[in-house]
Parts: sequence; C-alpha cells; structure tokens
Amino acid sequence: MADDTNTKRMSMIVTKGTLDWAYPPFILATTAAAMGLEVTMFFTFYGLTLLKKKLDLKISTLGNPAMEMPMFGMHIGMPNLVSALPGVDAAATTMMKNLIKKKGVASIEELRSMALEADVKMIACQMTMDLFEYTKDDMIEGPVLGGAATYIETATKSDINLFI
Amino acid sequence: MADQVLDVKGLNCPLPILRAKKALKDVTVGGTLEVIATDPGAVKDFEAFCRTTGHELLESKTEGKVFSFVIKRTA
Repeated sequence: MADDTNTKRMSMIVTKGTLDWAYPPFILATTAAAMGLEVTMFFTFYGLTLLKKKLDLKISTLGNPAMEMPMFGMHIGMPNLVSALPGVDAAATTMMKNLIKKKGVASIEELRSMALEADVKMIACQMTMDLFEYTKDDMIEGPVLGGAATYIETATKSDINLFI
Repeated sequence: MADQVLDVKGLNCPLPILRAKKALKDVTVGGTLEVIATDPGAVKDFEAFCRTTGHELLESKTEGKVFSFVIKRTA
C-alpha cells in the first residue's frame, strides 16, 4: 500500500469531555484513519473523561448561547439561566441523545471502538490523570500514558495538528 | 453488478465512509462495492475518500433522497 513517506499523519489534543465536544475528535480521527492517515489523539483535562470505561457524557445549556434544539417544528435557543433549574441539563442531554439515535448518528462508544480498531493511537496525559486522580483502571484498554513532550514529538511529524 | 452491496441508508456521517472502508477490506482488488446512502454529505465525502485513498469512484447516482456509489478497490 502507501509507503511511509506518502502516509499523512494527524494529531489532535482533546481537551473537552461533554457529549457535543466528544464528536469532533472521534469523527475526525475515525474518518482520517479510514482515509489512510496515521492518527494520534492526546487526551488531557476534561478530554480524559472520553477514555473512561463507562461513558456518561452530558451537555449543558450553560455557556452554549448558540445551542438551538429542534423542538415543536422550530429551533429553540437555550438561555444560560435555565441551566440553573433542576433537571434542565439532564433533559437537554436526553434530548440530544435521542436526536443522535433518531438521526442515525453513531454513538461515541461506537466511534471510539472504531477508532481503536483502526489503530488510532490514543495517549492519556499523565499529568492530568494524576491531577484528577484517575487510574489506568478507570480507563479503557488501549490508551498509553504520555506527557507534553510525547505530544510535541508526534506533532512535529504530523501534517495536521488540531486543538479541540 | 457490484461484487458487494453496502446499505447505509439512515446512517449519518461518518458512518457511511467508515462502513464502506470496512466493507472494502472484503472486496478483492479490482472488485467493486456499491454503497447506498441517504446522507447527502456522502456525495462529496465519497469523492474525497476515493481521491485520498486511490480507490476509484466508478459511479455516483442520486435518485430522490437516495444516493448510490460504486467504488472499485484499487489496492
């Protein structure tokens, strides 16, 4: 197949762990891998939650002024204030999960398995694992531990470097 | 007739591409895979996929809301 000099590489730093922010890294990683790129994902801070064995991803209406949920045939914006009401964020999360299922969008679990199957390299930031007191046991099999220098080296050899 | 047919109707990006990639592994080199999708983004996606991977996009058809592609595995 393609020899090493022709293979493109992509790296990404994944810093967020909400349901909406989980999609861009996994969609890009799996698609790039399907198109023949070598992909490395470096998970740090809240991105670490995407590596947990049991995923329980949520979204919040807080800080998402551009969020508009398709409801009653319209797009309804979600003001920051409503997130303070009990149950609103949980309802928004449920709504999002239902939309995802209804529209035939892959679940994060599925995308994550596909990424691993496609040999996407996953690195968990050692420092933030320590910071949040996560252990390797909390995480799925596959990711290795690494630090900033590990990421930088990968990035110097990559054609595409993304910060998500 | 294509060697293999992949139905990804009702599935959204990036599933059509990912499933096609997987299905192509079971197609012999030189053989063809027909993909049937409803995701409108798949039209450009399969063009890009073939350009980048070197596989050949032999056919790209639109019939109402259904898009079908025939891809030839080149390597």
